[in-house]
Parts: sequence; structure tokens; C-alpha cells
Amino acid sequence: MTATTAPRTKESRRPRRAVGVPRASLRRYDPAAPRRSWLFTVVTGIFLLYALFPLAYLLINATKTQQDFISTFGFAFGGHFALWDNIVQVFTYNNGMFTRWLLNTLLYVIIGGGGAVFLAVLAGYGLAKYRFPGRTAVFMTVMGAIAVPSAALAVPTFLMFARMGLTNTPLAVIIPSLVAPFGLYLMYIFASESVPTELLEAARMDGSSELRTFFQVSLPLLAPGIVTVSLFTATTTWNNYFLPLIMLKDQNWYPLIIGLNQWNQQAYIPGAEPVQNLVVTGSLITIVPLIVTFLFLQRYWQAGLSAGSVKE
Amino acid sequence: MRFSTMKRALAGITAVGVTLALAACGGGGTPASTPSAAAFDSNKEYSISVWTWEPTIQQDSEAVKEFEKQFPNVKVSVTNTGGAADEYTALSNALQAGTGLPDVAQIEYYALPQYAIGSNLADLTPFGAGSLEGQYTPGTWTAINQTTAKGAAGIYALPMDSGPMALFYNEETFQKAGIDTPPTTWDQFYEDAKKIHALGDNYYITSDSGNDAGYLTSIMWQLSPGAFKVDGQNVTVDFTDPNFAKFVEVWQKLIDEDLISTSITGWSDEWFKGLADGTLASLPTGAWMPANLLANSADASGNFRVAPMPSLDGSPVNAENGGSSLAVMAASPADNQVAAYKFLEFVSNGDGAKLRVQAGNFPSLQSTLDDPAFQSSTGDYAAPDLLKYFGNQEYNKVLAEGAGTVNTGWSYLPYQVAANSKFADTVGKAYNKSGTKLADGLSAWADAIVSYGNEQGYNVTKVG
Amino acid sequence: MTTITHDVAGTGASRPAPKLNRRRKDWRGWGFVGPFVLVFLFVFIAPLVYALASSLFSYRAFFDETVFVGLSNYLKLFGDPLFWSGLWRVILVLLIQVPIMLAIAMFLAIAIDSGRLHGSNFFRLSVFLPYLIPTVVAALMWGFMYGTNYGLVSQLNGAFDWHLNPFANRWILASISNVITWTYVGYNMLIFYSSLRTINTSLYEAAAIDGANEWQIVRSIKIPHLRGSIAITTIFSIIGTFQLFNEPSIMQKMAPSVITNSFTPNMYAYNLSFSSGQQEYAAALAIVMGIITVAIAYVVQLRGLNTNEGRG
Repeated sequence: MTATTAPRTKESRRPRRAVGVPRASLRRYDPAAPRRSWLFTVVTGIFLLYALFPLAYLLINATKTQQDFISTFGFAFGGHFALWDNIVQVFTYNNGMFTRWLLNTLLYVIIGGGGAVFLAVLAGYGLAKYRFPGRTAVFMTVMGAIAVPSAALAVPTFLMFARMGLTNTPLAVIIPSLVAPFGLYLMYIFASESVPTELLEAARMDGSSELRTFFQVSLPLLAPGIVTVSLFTATTTWNNYFLPLIMLKDQNWYPLIIGLNQWNQQAYIPGAEPVQNLVVTGSLITIVPLIVTFLFLQRYWQAGLSAGSVKE
Repeated sequence: MRFSTMKRALAGITAVGVTLALAACGGGGTPASTPSAAAFDSNKEYSISVWTWEPTIQQDSEAVKEFEKQFPNVKVSVTNTGGAADEYTALSNALQAGTGLPDVAQIEYYALPQYAIGSNLADLTPFGAGSLEGQYTPGTWTAINQTTAKGAAGIYALPMDSGPMALFYNEETFQKAGIDTPPTTWDQFYEDAKKIHALGDNYYITSDSGNDAGYLTSIMWQLSPGAFKVDGQNVTVDFTDPNFAKFVEVWQKLIDEDLISTSITGWSDEWFKGLADGTLASLPTGAWMPANLLANSADASGNFRVAPMPSLDGSPVNAENGGSSLAVMAASPADNQVAAYKFLEFVSNGDGAKLRVQAGNFPSLQSTLDDPAFQSSTGDYAAPDLLKYFGNQEYNKVLAEGAGTVNTGWSYLPYQVAANSKFADTVGKAYNKSGTKLADGLSAWADAIVSYGNEQGYNVTKVG
Repeated sequence: MTTITHDVAGTGASRPAPKLNRRRKDWRGWGFVGPFVLVFLFVFIAPLVYALASSLFSYRAFFDETVFVGLSNYLKLFGDPLFWSGLWRVILVLLIQVPIMLAIAMFLAIAIDSGRLHGSNFFRLSVFLPYLIPTVVAALMWGFMYGTNYGLVSQLNGAFDWHLNPFANRWILASISNVITWTYVGYNMLIFYSSLRTINTSLYEAAAIDGANEWQIVRSIKIPHLRGSIAITTIFSIIGTFQLFNEPSIMQKMAPSVITNSFTPNMYAYNLSFSSGQQEYAAALAIVMGIITVAIAYVVQLRGLNTNEGRG
């Protein structure tokens, strides 16, 4: 059963009318079948434009050659339609380094991001459903630690990893990305809302161990929350920039973002070849997997939600 | 540059002897007061790592490939560090951690003292760098001679390129504004600025967004080379030299009267666009600029020319702007250092140097600068695209002449990188219409330099 | 329907654990929380302790030694005008940008949830898109938009005879805030939306029967239900704003005399650590910022708790 609100909303304080008395408003608003409004859509659509028109910039400029990129207006097309050329060049430039970066990023997201979700789900559930000694301390410490500006923690983290010989390896990117405080907090809220303690008690009374209860009873209920957290964590890890920049020197281990950044730098270095058209095209290619994943997870998520609300 | 066999044998014997002596005394791994250098063994396998962002020394560059051909026993692994800021960050981090350092690192001339003073770089004299004196331009040679905090003077890098300044200007725009010859004095520069701005609101003689400490320090190099005086622990900062003050007056007028663009940032897309369409009419900068103009502002091809830097009275006096050297890290094992020096020599002074110039690098070797083929961009140094860009002017000739008039006596701070990071917060204020005067901004920067230096253990005093 | 109560951070009422001896400590929660805490200790706490310790020292480059200086870094910080101006900037952003962004996100979430939009799926995906775009490309894009010489703004200025300059001293915070809002509106919207999705739809039907129109339902059911998400997003926005780094750092190249190295406290810490070798001073700055952030987040959370509902 999905979460319900505590019965203290303004709704319940309003005097109830007797059932059967005809209401004019009943004909006007039916929550099960809301009337779609074009006016409303257009007004909300303004925000859509705001969100999307920079994307238009991306699409338009991915079709330009480098020459056109620096000489033409940002929202106009160049003389030569070079989208296909750009895409090919992105994958072949610098000995196909882009593909390597793509694979690296996948590695970091799946292992680092996946690990982060796993840890956050477990910990969020534990914080929500169990009262254990040190619970408040854990909360306070996690919130406190992430409040400290990341820039100042970067050097100590680097030194630590350097002393352990981990810098310039994939572990230097994966290990820090295993901690997702936001994911933890989200899971904590989800677990509090979606997993009724009664169900857990019932399972315990049936003799189920905590772990088994977790997997069989709680996990399915947490599914929508897990999907949301996975989405956010995947995106954060995919676009992770600051720490990998400090940890990695070998471009063979770069994630996409850092690689694209390096390509972008070439426009500002004497004698280097500016390839901003590849940066833009590469970014477009970078976003596509994210969008596809989002779409894919959307369907799963919607199914999970409707299943949840149908019950009772 | 190769040793004669005799000299090499002598050096080798001395080196071995000194090493043994040191080992016997338990000298350990730290550089002793008499640096030792083993000889290069062509039968031994070496492997070195290089950090650089320069396009002509990348893994797939001709220079590197040729080196590996001529020295098949040395494996070179080049990492593209992406740019100066990123590399210095990585270098400083690695130095602090004590691991992850390369054998060779590209370090700009202004940053070299900062790394040399902490004894982080290997003295190249034992490898024979001393014999290279006279082959490099005076400006670059002075830059690579440094002294550590412990008093060890030496040659701590080899020049990789140079950046004697020049005035790159768009002749078409100048002529449209009625200017026949480029300005030779800063006062004339001001007068020309007025004419150019009269062409239109978006026409400027040049841009300066107040974030480039390198530009103003180069002007100091030109006009008041004693701005920074460094003597071991004692440092003085003087921005009040009357010659430099005259320049500051001119520049203040340019800012106040909106004759230079303070909103276009150097090395931004808008900047390249402005250079391309002529609205940014000139650029006083280092000699390495042509390759960038060609790549990023190609539309202006045929319009650009080069002229000597303006000075106060028109007499030829110049400064370096930018430019890098290659250094060997002191923490590298002795074997790596030997091989690393071979690499340095090759790309800085040997066949590699020539290949690099052909690939667009601006040389630091006097012989190349004097070479008529280089000056005319023909023969071995043919560069038809660049010749076309500068309207068939012998641009390298002008640049080479500029290299010869670089002022001596200049030195950067032993913490220039740190000092530059405080530039925008102080001097930058004079550029963002907040009412600060340039002279006051400079004074504030001097104060910041003094307080930082004193915190770091130097004795810094501000003059004027 | 059963009622479930929740608590926040260990405060507030909680159901007593049935069938367990209350006097015996319940350590089961640690099984779930343990893994996260372990990694967290390594990734956050260890560097934090290092930073704390090093804030009491200072490096002397000339002597190549680090000396103990007690609290003098902190004293220096309190007298540092660059620190205070940076702090003031992020406070301004917090007071203005965050409420606007969250209000827009809430509006969009409610709009999409209402089912009154045509193509709500498309809306949901598109508003989230800016978050997926890598910072390198966002920089190229906004740099172009804001360009007063060749960019979009220059075209607008020319066409309408305006004199906009997004990089001028008095507009720079607004320009940066715009980029932040653009990036994160979708992110926050998704959180609100997923929270709205957990409302049991029978509540709407009950309300409609009672004669509530759509607006009343929004006001009385949806918005109160969002209290939890508003708390999460506010707290994380506070933390994120105080740590502001990415956006001004990206845009620094475009207006370097306006966005200086000390523009925000996190940027100041970064440049102190990496450009001028003053890590210890940066550590002191970070500790102070961490304390300020936690204090303000705590106050906000306290205020959030002062509502009748125990939900956080």
C-alpha cells in the first residue's frame, strides 16, 4: 500500500456534507479524468522553452564544422551540414579516445553509481526502520560532513589516495562516488513513507530474518524510490567532474566530461587544434544514453507506482 | 648538441666517482651539494614520463617519434596535461603527496622560480647544460638559471620556446581608420586607439579584461625590469617606477575613455571572433601567437601584420610574454634523469627542436631565429598558410628581431603563480567599472604580494 | 487504512518496537547502515579530520616546512574582506534564487501531476534535460547567450536598443542564478513530482465529492503533502548554494575581472588550495563555512518541524 497522509489536513477539518446532495462542482471536476487544457499547456510551455532552447543551441552547433562554429551566429546553421562528419570524427579523433572515455564512464556509473545506490538503499532503510544506538549521530554526521565545501576536502582526499597508490586509477573515481548523501536522504524518506512497520512486524512474527524481510517485503515497496535514486545517482556520476579532474592524469581513464573538457581546452592553447565542434557533438552523444535510460526507467517507475496505488 | 667522446668519458668517470663517494658517505637519495650525473648508456633500457600541454611534444608528434627512433632504448610516455593551470595543480599535488610525479614537466618561465626554489627540480648542469649557454636567446637563458632556497644555483630547465612580444595588428582596420604605420610609442598607441574607436562602437584597438597578470608583468619587464628583485629570502616589490607609471597613465586613459574593450576576455570565443572580423584591431602579445590566429581567427587571413612592440620613446626595448621550459623533477631516479635530459636536449636543442618549429613552435634557439629560411618562412621552415595570413610579410623576421631586444635584469617572484592568482581580485577591480584606478589596483596587488610572501617566510618589502 | 507516523532525524514520536525488550539495545540497524558508514568514514570523515587538523598549521614555502599556528588562520579569516564578500554573495543567492527555483519546480510538478497538460510525459523529460547537459557545454552555451559582443544579448541589444550586460557587476549574480535555476529546476521538479505521485488518489475523489474544486485540492492536499520534499530540497539547496562553485567557475573565463578567484567561499577555498598553496587557510575557511551551513540548515529544519505534522 502506498503511503497516506496523517489525518490532520485541512480537508478533514472542513464540515462534511451529507452524501447524496447534488453538487454543481461534481460535474466540473472529476479527478479521475481531468480535462486537458491547451491554455494551461501553453503557459507551462513557456518553461519548456526556457529549458529547451539551450538544447537547440546544442543541436544546431553539432551540425557545424569548427570553422562555422567560430564564425557564425550561435543559433544559425553553418554553411555546411556536418553532423554526420562530426559524429564520425568524434569517434575517430585522437585514436578513438572517445569510445574509451565512454566505456570508462559506463564503468564508473555502473560500479560507482550502482554501488552508491546499493549503500544508500540499505542505509536509508536502516535509518528509517530501525532505532539503533548512534542513529542520530549518523544523521548529524552525514549532514554535517556534506556541508563542508568540497574544494577544501579535495586536497586531503587526494593525498590520502596518493599515499595508497590509488590516484590515476579507476578506484580513485569509483570510491568517492560510492557516497551519495542525497540518495541516502531520499531513501530514508521513501522507506519511512512506503514501508509500513506493521508489515515488517508481521514478517518477523512469521520467523523471517531481517535480511529476508528486507528482500522479500521491503524491497518491492521501495522500488519506485530506488528507481528515482538510481536516476539521480547515475546522472551525478555520469557528470562527475571536480574530483576526477584532480585524481586522474592518464587520459585513458578519463570519464567523458573530463575528456570533453580537455578537447575544449585545445581552442585556447597556442598551436593546438581547436575542436569545439567535436565538443558540442560529443556532448550530444553523451546526453543520449542518459535520456534513453531516463525514458526506460520512466516506464518501470510508472508501473511500480500504479501497482502500488491499486492495492487497497 | 653532443659531447665530444672525450668530454663524455671524462664526465662519466667523474659522475661514477662522485656517485660512489656519495654512496660511501651514505648520501642517500636527496640531491647533494655536488650533483652527480650518470652517463647515458645506449644499451640500457630507459623509460620516462612527460607532462606537457604543448601540441608539438605529444605522443604522436613528429618530435617524439623521431626521438624514439634515434634513441630506441628510451621509451617515452607523454601525458597531455590540458593546460598550465591544470598541470600546475597536478604537479603541486603530486609534490605534496610525494608520488605520482612525472620525470619531465613543462613549466612556463614565470612559474619556474616557484618550482625551482623548493629544490623540486633537478639541476641540469651535471648533464652538460652549461655548455649550451649562448645558443639560446638571452631572455630564455636568464629564465632557466635559478637558485634554490638552499642557495644552490644552477640550470633548472631547458627552454622549450620563447615569447618575445610584438604588436600583431590588423592592417585593414588600421588603414580604414587612417593609420598608415603602426604605433611605436604608447602615446601613439593611445592616439591610434581614438581613431580606431571612431570607426564604430564595437571597434577597439585591443582588449584587456584585467585578468592577465602576464600582460602587465611583461610590460613591467619592458619598462621597469626591477619591479621584482629577488635575493634569496629578500624580495622587493616596486610598481612605482616612473617609466612604468607613464604606461599606467596611458592605459588608464584607454580604460576611462572606453578605447579598449574590457568586456572581451582574452582567449574566449568572442575574442577570436573580434580578431577575425577586425573589430579588435591589434594584439600586443608573445611571438607564439601566429599559430593561434591562423587556427581560430582564420577569417582575418591576409589582413594581419607584425610590428615591434611600442615603447615609451620608440626605441627598441622588449620583454617576453609567456613561453615555457622543460624541467626534470629532482625526485626522479637517477637513471630516469639521464634519459630525461637526453629527451630535453633533443626537443629543445637537437633535431627535435627543428621538427617542432616546423610544426608551429616559436623557437628559443638563437641559430634558428637567425636562420634566413626561418625568417622568411621558406625552405625547411616553409609555412605557406601563415605567410598568406600575414600578407606575405616576413613575420618571423620581425619576431626574431624582437627577441634580440628583450630587456635583461628581469626576474619573476619566487611565488609568481600564487601572486598571479590574486591579480584579478586587486588589479582586476580597475577593469570592471567599480571606480578603482589602475594604479591603486596595482598598489593593492603589491600589498597582497607582500603579505603572502611574508607569510611564506620571505622578507618582502614594498617600495613606493 | 492504517496510519503511519514518521520522525525526522530521530526526533519526534516513534512507535515502540513491539516484542522486543526495550532495555536491550537494538543493533540490527547497523547491519544495514554499516556499509554506508564505512565508506563514508573513508571518503568524507578522514579528509575532514585531516582538514581540521591542518587548519591549525601554515606552510612556509621558503623554508619548505609546515608550522603550527593555532587559531591564527581563523583569525585571519575573520579579517579577510574577500571571504566576507564571497559569503554575502552566496547568502544573497540563497535568499533569492532558491525560493524562486523551488516555486517554479513546485508549479511544474503540480502542473504535470494534474494531468491537465497535453504531452505531460514530454514535459517531464524536457524540463529535466538541462540537468543532464555537461557543464563544459553549458558553459559554451551560456557564454554565447550572454555575450555582449557576438552573443544573443548583443543581438537583443541591437534589435531593441537595450544595454543589457549580464556580466556587469550588478547583474552577474542574477546571470549566474539564472544558470543555476535553469540547471536544477527539473531536478527539484522530479522530487516534488514523485512525492505527489505517492498521494492516494481516493483522497482526490473524496475531496471532489465534498465539493472541492481543483485549486482547493492543490492547496489542501497536494501542497501540504509536499512538505517533506520541500524540506529535503530546501536543505539540499542550502548546502548546494553555500558550496556554489561549478557555475561561477565555468563563467569565470567570460568575466574574469568580475568573477574573481574569491567570488564564492568554495571558489576561494579552491584557489587558495590549488593556486597559491595555502591549503591550511583553505581548510580553516571550509570548517567555518561548514559550521555556518549546518547552523542555517538546522534552523530551517527546526522551523520545518514546528508544523503540526511530524513529517520532515
